[in-house]
Amino acid sequence: MTRSPAARPGAGEDEISFGRTAGTAEDRAEPADSPPRPDAAATAVATIGLTKRFGAQLAVAGINLAVPQGSVYGFLGPNGSGKTTTIRMLLGLIQPTSGGQRLLGVSMPAGANAVLPRVGSLVEGPAFHPQLSGRANLARLDAADRTASPRTAAARIEAALDRVGLLAAAGKRYRAYSLGMKQRLAIAAGLLQPRELMILDEPTNGLDPQGTREVRALIREIAADGTTVFVSSHLLAEVEQICSHVGVMRAGELVFQGTLEELRGRGTPRILVRTGEPERAAQVLTRLGFSDVTVAGREVTAQLGGQAPETVCAELVHAGVPVAGLDTPRASLEDLFVELTGEGFDVNG
Amino acid sequence: MSTADVASQASPPGQAVRGGVWLAAVRHWLRLLRSELGLVFGRKRNLALLAVLAAVPVLLGIVLKVSPLQPGNGGGNGGPAFLTQVTGNGVFLAFLTLVVESALALPLAVAVVSGDAIAGEANRGTLRYLLTVPAGRTRLLGIKFTATVVFCVAACLLVSAVAVALGAILFPVGPVTLLSGTAVPLAMGLLRLLLVALYLAAAMAALGSIGLAISTFTEHPLGAVAAILVITIASDVADTVSQLGAVHPYLPTHWWLSFDGLLRSPIAWPDLLHGLLSFGVYVVIFGSIAWARFTTADVTS
Repeated sequence: MTRSPAARPGAGEDEISFGRTAGTAEDRAEPADSPPRPDAAATAVATIGLTKRFGAQLAVAGINLAVPQGSVYGFLGPNGSGKTTTIRMLLGLIQPTSGGQRLLGVSMPAGANAVLPRVGSLVEGPAFHPQLSGRANLARLDAADRTASPRTAAARIEAALDRVGLLAAAGKRYRAYSLGMKQRLAIAAGLLQPRELMILDEPTNGLDPQGTREVRALIREIAADGTTVFVSSHLLAEVEQICSHVGVMRAGELVFQGTLEELRGRGTPRILVRTGEPERAAQVLTRLGFSDVTVAGREVTAQLGGQAPETVCAELVHAGVPVAGLDTPRASLEDLFVELTGEGFDVNG
Repeated sequence: MSTADVASQASPPGQAVRGGVWLAAVRHWLRLLRSELGLVFGRKRNLALLAVLAAVPVLLGIVLKVSPLQPGNGGGNGGPAFLTQVTGNGVFLAFLTLVVESALALPLAVAVVSGDAIAGEANRGTLRYLLTVPAGRTRLLGIKFTATVVFCVAACLLVSAVAVALGAILFPVGPVTLLSGTAVPLAMGLLRLLLVALYLAAAMAALGSIGLAISTFTEHPLGAVAAILVITIASDVADTVSQLGAVHPYLPTHWWLSFDGLLRSPIAWPDLLHGLLSFGVYVVIFGSIAWARFTTADVTS
């Protein structure tokens, strides 16, 4: 009796599974210039079934991330949804329980030494030696980098500090830095070398509005240079402003992934009527067969079930309802976010 | 095995290129070591520890100058054999200091530096940034251990140098009478002091490897330091309990004071070599534990 190899259970998975991740295979002397796999070249970050279990708690439940190269990818999710754990796995800081990940086409963590020099990162807030100056802290990180030339170190450090606007405070001790300066120093550390990918975990966390704006501008600049940016956040407005792609996490699962437009498109279109006689407008809408008709002050909204807004206007005018304004507002990203993540707070108040 | 490995095996780089790669690797390693040493010797806490270590011979020297011990008064009950000789020859202040400090002061300093090595970086969060640079886990561990060893050597040499200098100021200095009764010229005596200091540094480096291993298991540097000191003290206590005689040779602290073999003529090698072998075995065992732990640990700090 012969047994076909293809009939082996799990053989199909084997073919698509990423490199085994057991053992860190640290310090394996891989050349830094090893070419990325052509088939994976278009994806800056790819995970297959990436899973992390801490004891009984499933922190990340088999997610399949696909971050296109050149995109600004917003990694959204409420606090505790597994964003930071995912980022730590991407960077090889923690071992996945199962599944695998590739950065820039290179399997992690086996290829860490080859690929991480091309990746800048900010993980769970800045962390530096408090007794050293900002400049000395960057020099410390640069000294740890096997691919960094000591000859150009000083110039690269100054350039990175300049880019985040810290040149004036470069000689100050880190402990004297404000939170915004600390955050910017951490981003500067990611800019010591030209990077193909930046992984930023909550880069605007704890910043004042001014600092937030500065960091956002910096991210846009980095992205404009062609660097893929993977940025985690629990702030929707932030993601809406800077991201082209979005992944939404909920309790360890990736509940949405796609472009910002695709996310917006998920919302059910509504119609909004501004009128002096909201009660009568509501009656008309109900008569026309609209569902979910709600009155709020002088505004009436309802789900636009495939009908053209123009006909609604005509019907209202025909019924003698004065129409002050008609709109088809898209569901706010926040509503979509709440819908996806099932967040507990009532955003409508 | 990753694609890059396959690629590098398929087309091995030429001999000259490989040599260049090695040279570059060594240069980068030395660069990180320099950075690490700057951190270790730049920290006020570590400098304060070194200052305390250097103050001990000053204190001892002044006390012995003010109230010299009478011969047969101090060394009778198994105390340091050199105690009474210090007033006769300043060089012995160094030997006395090393004996005194090996009990607690030196282990404390080594515990602080080695216990802080990984746990301190984890505690501050700087470890995750070093690892994402990537510094390389094995490489970083090697750097941390090397820096600890450098600190041990520096501490032992500093203490010896201060003690000899002060001994020369306070007491007469001349040919050194060894424990075996023969006298050697001063230069030879100083050479033997250097060997004693290096032997003790090796003993401390072995303790440092234990500290480094403990340091990879925690994010709390103080906990690591305390654990190392507990091990030192427990080993010291066990070493004095005669019922435990069978395990004495395997205790980490047992061979620390065997450096008096260097003060005999001819040098008593068996104990010294036994001690060095013990230190080496400790470094290998705890270095392996540290490596096994650190290269697989989840860094969640």
